[in-house]
Amino acid sequence: MKIDPIHQFNIEPLFTLGHIGNHTIAFTNSSLYMFIAVLLIALLMLASGRDLVPGRLQSVAEISYEFVATTIRSTAGSEGMKFFPLIFSLFMFLCVSNLVGVIPYTFTISSHLIVTAALALLVFFTVLFYGLYKNGLKFFKIFVPSGVPIYILPLVMFIEVLSFFLRPVSHSVRLFANMLAGHIALKVFAGFVAMLGFSLGALGWVGGVLPLALTIALYALELLVAFLQAYVFAILTCIYLNDAIHPGH
Amino acid sequence: MAESHGEAKGQAAGAHTEAEGGHHGGAFPPFDSSNYASQLVSLAIAFVALYLIVSRIALPRVGGTIDARQNKIEGDLAEAQKLKDESDAALKAYETELTNARANAQAIGNETREKLNAASEAERKALEEKLAAKLADAEKQIATTRTNAMSNVRGIAADAAGAIVQQLAGVTPDANAVNSAVDASLKG
Repeated sequence: MKIDPIHQFNIEPLFTLGHIGNHTIAFTNSSLYMFIAVLLIALLMLASGRDLVPGRLQSVAEISYEFVATTIRSTAGSEGMKFFPLIFSLFMFLCVSNLVGVIPYTFTISSHLIVTAALALLVFFTVLFYGLYKNGLKFFKIFVPSGVPIYILPLVMFIEVLSFFLRPVSHSVRLFANMLAGHIALKVFAGFVAMLGFSLGALGWVGGVLPLALTIALYALELLVAFLQAYVFAILTCIYLNDAIHPGH
Repeated sequence: MAESHGEAKGQAAGAHTEAEGGHHGGAFPPFDSSNYASQLVSLAIAFVALYLIVSRIALPRVGGTIDARQNKIEGDLAEAQKLKDESDAALKAYETELTNARANAQAIGNETREKLNAASEAERKALEEKLAAKLADAEKQIATTRTNAMSNVRGIAADAAGAIVQQLAGVTPDANAVNSAVDASLKG
């Protein structure tokens, strides 16, 4: 019995959609889980009732709404509510797909750097274009912190500019690496249980208890991480958008 | 994506066999650039669809429900406050009414008592005056009677004294002398 913790990240084309230039565009398992996430969110937000006293499903929909709205208001102010649909979409997309991805035998979209990088770049360019559109050249004030002595200002500005352009990197790698590492660890420990059970017989069944306990603990942790990383991604988006809305911080 | 140009050409041909094999020739899947394009296209379609659903339908719907509830709660609270104010006003009116009625009753009671007091006082006074007049009359009568009686006593005493003197001395005493002697002894 061979453990292959990487196998779960394989992209498997289900059918080919067409070609753009020399690239084959296929509908893959990743695509399938993206649409599953979209479908689940649409079901949650649209199929739930509109009662005065909400039921369970409606409560979940309303709690998600209030949760994201509160996050935006507290980090980017009420002007940030302009980006409510964007941040809500990002948060729900990542949260739902991450939570679906924790279910065994499913695929985790955000375990692929290209996906998280695309979302991070979407946020980055939204911040850049909205900041320039709204504030004009004043937007570049975010690189010039107030109250810094003039002789170290060039250094500080260099660091600020560098950190601004590295934002999409840290933004995307944080999510990607968390999901990837978590799923690999889960797979490795779960694999130990099966491997001990298959190879050592009765002794292996006893010995498998420890990795099984670890797997359960890790699974709980992964559930938390799945939600938390979606939240971190959303709150960082809010913080970056806050720079575009109020550049003179 | 330019560097994956040549590679993608090869992948396009080999995609099917790889799918069957399930292994990408040892390449770490997240860094396998051959499937970037597929993922980006699906992500773009899925995310744009999600954004449209969320921004056009889902958020206005859920937000509307929350707002409707908020409005309902505020309306109900305002209604409750209004009713409470009304009942407070009614209670106040009732209390004012009660105080007024009590004051009225007290006033009527006082008035009646004073009227009755005054009437009984007047009656008492009239009675007393009548009694006093009767008393004065009676006293006057007593005084008259007494004076009469006293003058009768004096006459009788003088006559008796004259008679006694005549019997003892055999002389008729002077009437004036007898009278003054009687007066003197009556006074003494």
